Amino acid sequence: MSTAYNPMELMICCAARLLENGRTVAVGTGAPCAAAMLAQRTSAPDLVVFFEAGGVGPQLPTMPISVGDSRTFYRASMATSMADVMETCQRGMMDYTFLGGAQIDAFGNLNSTMIGKDYAKPKVRLPGSGGANDLASLCWRILVVTNHDKRRFVEKLDFLTTPGYLNGPGAREAAGLSPGTGPYRVITDLAIMGYHEETKRMEVLSLHPGITMEQVQGNTGFAIAARAPLLTTAPPSETELRILRDEVDPFRYIIGRA
Amino acid sequence: MTPPLFADPSANHAREFFRTKPRALVDKVMTVKDAVAKFVHDGEYLAVGGFGAARLPSAVCHEIVRQKKQNLTIAGHTATHDFQILAAGNLTGRGKLIAKVDIAYIVGLEARGLSPQARRVIESGEVETTEWSNYALAVRFKAAAMGLPFLPMRSMLGTDTFKKSPAKEISCPFTGEKLLAAPACYPDVGVIHVHEADRFGNCRIRGTTVADPDLARASKKLIITCERLIPNDDIRSDPTRTLIPFYCVDAVCEVPFGSYPGNMAYEYFSDEDHLRHWLKVEEDEAEYRKFIDRYIHGVSDFNEYLQLCGGMARMQKLRQEEFLLNRSVYV
Repeated sequence: MSTAYNPMELMICCAARLLENGRTVAVGTGAPCAAAMLAQRTSAPDLVVFFEAGGVGPQLPTMPISVGDSRTFYRASMATSMADVMETCQRGMMDYTFLGGAQIDAFGNLNSTMIGKDYAKPKVRLPGSGGANDLASLCWRILVVTNHDKRRFVEKLDFLTTPGYLNGPGAREAAGLSPGTGPYRVITDLAIMGYHEETKRMEVLSLHPGITMEQVQGNTGFAIAARAPLLTTAPPSETELRILRDEVDPFRYIIGRA
Repeated sequence: MTPPLFADPSANHAREFFRTKPRALVDKVMTVKDAVAKFVHDGEYLAVGGFGAARLPSAVCHEIVRQKKQNLTIAGHTATHDFQILAAGNLTGRGKLIAKVDIAYIVGLEARGLSPQARRVIESGEVETTEWSNYALAVRFKAAAMGLPFLPMRSMLGTDTFKKSPAKEISCPFTGEKLLAAPACYPDVGVIHVHEADRFGNCRIRGTTVADPDLARASKKLIITCERLIPNDDIRSDPTRTLIPFYCVDAVCEVPFGSYPGNMAYEYFSDEDHLRHWLKVEEDEAEYRKFIDRYIHGVSDFNEYLQLCGGMARMQKLRQEEFLLNRSVYV
């Protein structure tokens, strides 16, 4: 088997490594779901996967297409309601969630509502919050997996759909969101980012092999610094790649997109 | 300016309505055509159950477009293919089928992409909208199901989603903590597809319930479509499986493969080819008009639509996919 890998395969491996065994994670379809499946087959066999439509602890036979399709509760512990899943988050029992968006800013706030200036007549109407705002408000740690470019990593969002650290330290708590929650990691095709403990601004923790800070800054629409010591991301291991390609996504539904 | 509230949250007004709602154990079986003609009226608030293209009452969505209903307010609760179907009515109807939307999730079909027609409808500025989250809409149905005017919850705070919503910030009377007050949503009409129902409207759902047991209780009028009609004896032999009781239900329509092209758990998988075709054809307005004329206006009922989509041979293939007998679904 080739140990050469594409950026999507690396991103999924990085995301999977963050998920600790015995924890809970609310995922959507696509890369986050692949990451959760890979984690279950490597370092976190007892990771409990939740889908917002009501699927709890499935043994996923294939990649789901929808957050509500029947794969999301295949051989599951429970098929329940959306409110039950969201209220599990609201009670403080959901450790991680994966989110995405058309835009993300330095505080990890996300836009999935619209592109343009006029809310009543948007240039591009996007789906809206869906469950993203709920999961970002109610889960302990928010993970984002996304491609890294200037169109996406922006100084100012066109619409703040989903809360990151809002406008900085203390803002989530002041708004009434649960203390101790917030953005945790951003995994892109260039690097892994975290958030500065004091300023709550995004910072680079680890550069992917062959990537420089200049490339990261060049693809980021806001000033971004590196946390010392700046690390280099470990490439996918042979085992990770084998499981990802043979068991998690054999039809290359996700990893074929890179 | 405070964003508008499209549904009256008053529990007292809802009680006045529910006081008059029939409770008798009577036969409610009728055609989808009759149910839509009888229970869906211009200007009403419509909420569709299921989750996007999973357990979707497609037949009723088609019929609403076919009967050219207009000026509806839509609960955009994970509204994917349902919203896409209804959006046809803003082009091929008498005017605006979709006039207002409480948006949690619309326009997109999850990983499949954005609907060009749904985008045109919203981006034109002809539709009045407010923003919510999926859980907020679920809580709004839950508040209504409980007979309350609102429920507190802990998301949406601090965001533009909150600013574009008529939800309010309140303080907890016990702890002083900030909370979001989500106003009850009592839809004029709810539409839900279930696995099994008896003639009186007692319903069974397998798999995830999404928000449907609450939506059923919140709705002033409720249309049920079911894969199969079952005898009342079956219901009585295991009443623990009844998730929606008969007294919430106004119409029962038997529509086999009624979630097509959506997924129906334990029955058939989604028809991804058809959904992809639908998205593609929307790119060209003339082609799209022809498509809607052929698949919705050109047929008299949902069964004719299923025939156009490949009929029993296609349904058999989708059933095999649901049962994972053919793992090459995604090739």
